[in-house]
Amino acid sequence: MSSPLLEMRGIGKRFPGVKALQEVDFTVRAGEIHALLGENGAGKSTLIKVLTGVHPADEGEIHFEGKLIRPATPKEAGRCGISTVYQEVNLVPSLSIAENITLGRQPGKLGLLSWRAIRGRARAALARLEVDCDVDAELGSLSVALQQMVAIARALDTEARLLVLDEPTASLDEREVAELFGIMRKLRGDGLGIVFVTHFLDQVYAVTDRLTVLRNGRLVGEYATAGLDRLQLVGRMLGREVNAADFSPGAAAIRKDSAPPVLAAQQLGRRGAIAPLDVALHPGEVVGLGGLLGSGRTETARLLFGIDAADSGKLSVGGVAMKIDSPRDAVRHGLAFCSEDRKSEGILPNLSVRENLVLAFQGKRGVLRALSRVEQNRLCEHYIKALRIKTADAGTAIKNLSGGNQQKVLLARWLAVQPTVVILDEPTRGIDIGAKQEIEQLIAKLRDDGLAVLFISSEVEEVVRNCSRVLVLRERRFAGEVTGTDLSTEHLIQMMAGAHE
Amino acid sequence: MKARSPLVWPLAGLAALLLLNAVFNPGFLRITLLGGHLYGVPVDILAQGSRTMLVALGMTLVIATGGIDLSVGSVVAIAGAVCAVLLEGGHSLGLTLTAAVGAGLLAGTTNGVLVARAGVQPIVATLILMVAGRGIAQLIVGGQVVIISSPSFDYLANGFLFGFPVAPLLVAALYLITHFAVRRTAAGLFIEAVGDNETAARFAGLAATRIKTCTYVFCGACAGFAGILSAANIRAADAYRAGENMELDAIFAVVVGGTALTGGRFLILGSAIGALLIQTLTTTMYNLGMPPAIAPVPKAIVIVFACLLQSSAFRAQMGGLFKTRTVA
Repeated sequence: MSSPLLEMRGIGKRFPGVKALQEVDFTVRAGEIHALLGENGAGKSTLIKVLTGVHPADEGEIHFEGKLIRPATPKEAGRCGISTVYQEVNLVPSLSIAENITLGRQPGKLGLLSWRAIRGRARAALARLEVDCDVDAELGSLSVALQQMVAIARALDTEARLLVLDEPTASLDEREVAELFGIMRKLRGDGLGIVFVTHFLDQVYAVTDRLTVLRNGRLVGEYATAGLDRLQLVGRMLGREVNAADFSPGAAAIRKDSAPPVLAAQQLGRRGAIAPLDVALHPGEVVGLGGLLGSGRTETARLLFGIDAADSGKLSVGGVAMKIDSPRDAVRHGLAFCSEDRKSEGILPNLSVRENLVLAFQGKRGVLRALSRVEQNRLCEHYIKALRIKTADAGTAIKNLSGGNQQKVLLARWLAVQPTVVILDEPTRGIDIGAKQEIEQLIAKLRDDGLAVLFISSEVEEVVRNCSRVLVLRERRFAGEVTGTDLSTEHLIQMMAGAHE
Repeated sequence: MKARSPLVWPLAGLAALLLLNAVFNPGFLRITLLGGHLYGVPVDILAQGSRTMLVALGMTLVIATGGIDLSVGSVVAIAGAVCAVLLEGGHSLGLTLTAAVGAGLLAGTTNGVLVARAGVQPIVATLILMVAGRGIAQLIVGGQVVIISSPSFDYLANGFLFGFPVAPLLVAALYLITHFAVRRTAAGLFIEAVGDNETAARFAGLAATRIKTCTYVFCGACAGFAGILSAANIRAADAYRAGENMELDAIFAVVVGGTALTGGRFLILGSAIGALLIQTLTTTMYNLGMPPAIAPVPKAIVIVFACLLQSSAFRAQMGGLFKTRTVA
């Protein structure tokens, strides 16, 4: 086995209120592709940021090529030979390919640029990747995949010995992924160490030699990819021994309603987001949407709620065919949607709890039929009490509330509209246990009141606990449905991992 | 601790400026009744500041959505040109005023569609009309300064009602109407929601596009009305100079009035105070006999202080500064 190229030892990193990383070891050898895996909040991106000097570590040491390094900025890390390609291509779309590749380190003298050298360098960098394109073309005119290649070429231009690819395949199609893998293998052959962060397990098995799993900011272990099967891997990512007998039947009552679904989608899909699938939600049931991160859960919710336009399929609400082109349409037809991204898609941070709470209801009533202050206060009092929202008063800016209480205000926003279908995307993410329980109780109450709930969560046990059936997604397509006595954590994880295939 | 009204800071700024003037010029605050009409520097400030107040009114709502409208000065010129051409062409006052405000509505709609529907950045979208608008105004008046000789038109800007100048009364009425229109309906909530977090507002089922468009339309109408007052004030349409730099004064008035350029919470009455503050500043410099060429310098200094006073971070820092001094 070759000597370690990178050794990170006992890395710890704290952010205000959170221990993002604790005692994490991470080793990459020259000439290997090493996957870094874990669910949301596992600490992958923090570890990458520590390595690349974005957030220097609080504890621990980084040895690179045998030397102790302390990169304080990405530029310093680059000088050491560590280069990163981020998920979002962070290049300048309006500049040429050559300019992007050499940006910030253009060859030239006395502040004058040598365009000949810039182009030459860019061509050499691209040739190494066996990419053939015009270096004078504007970057923005290229496909995302090609832009990704340019980003890699830029990373290689600094003569990197370690290349970090942070979810490089998220926006690529299959053929483009295959091309990228070809390049990764070639670079591995050149003796580079490659860190590959991804959510797609197929890709882990397709291209990596070794893998490291993190969970909740701690190291779970380092394994040879070939020596760990899918089920074991997912079990380690989710922190469950999957082989242990675990058959907790779904706590939720199983309803086989003959009533027509309140919301039904047929072959609803959007290219690049989710392959066409069927969804039917009946009144009085909680349906889970399961899958690993990046499996297309949120994308499905966004299609149902009219945020993104579907390019295939039909929707019907209450048995009547409908076109839902915007959230406004969706709300009018009785749908409600709590986004997973509370901060940027949920709250109006500087407005009061009251304004946040009445927003959707007022939106549905229209601009002229304004709720009087008395009616607003009555609504707020009701929901603050019913959902036990902890706030000084209804006039407090919502940003001053804790995450759990913000989430409750958002739930109240939707309950005030009296919807028939509620889509909850990770409603319990980042909130404390107490609030979590209360939200689960609320979901059960909504179900008993005859609402249809679509429940999305990364926590498999939470899905099993709350849902009567679960639609499982994998790699952006429908993978199967689990219902009745089959609904167990073990079975669900198997489906999510695709282990039965 | 009771929350202080956010209007305190702009009011404090205005009061400080007036006081400063009164100290150096005891006659500054004097108001006299002459022939049944009120005269005095404060009355002048109200009368001359009424146009900026009006433009700032529309600007407030645009800024509250997180946008900006740079075209208002040019729209003032267009509306003035429309007035001159129609009145001198012998058309009725009613038709003239309707057409002038209509021109403003049209301009606002153009801006609104560019920003909200086409997704052009507000600064770019409204810059188009800011530049092109003066050309349009020149076309309307045929490159001439057209003198307007209609007494009833003149009355709008220079007349008196119950001893009080008409223009500020009209503007005050519009302020009150707008204030109640946005606060007694849900319009204010919708605008603040879109300005605070457009995605969240859209996801909550608000018609964010329409809301944003409407603020630009309203802003255009206000600028159109200001164009009427501006032309009436000088009894002429000067396509070249009318409304010059008015967009900057209006933006300043809004910001000093307590509405952040980042959008969200807005204070309609704050903008009126802000507009009066900037007019007081202009009048002060005029009274001091300062050459117009260097007038922008002291103006800029006051603007910097007024904006710093708005920043709670700055106030906290200054508070901290005083605290450490008392300790030391």
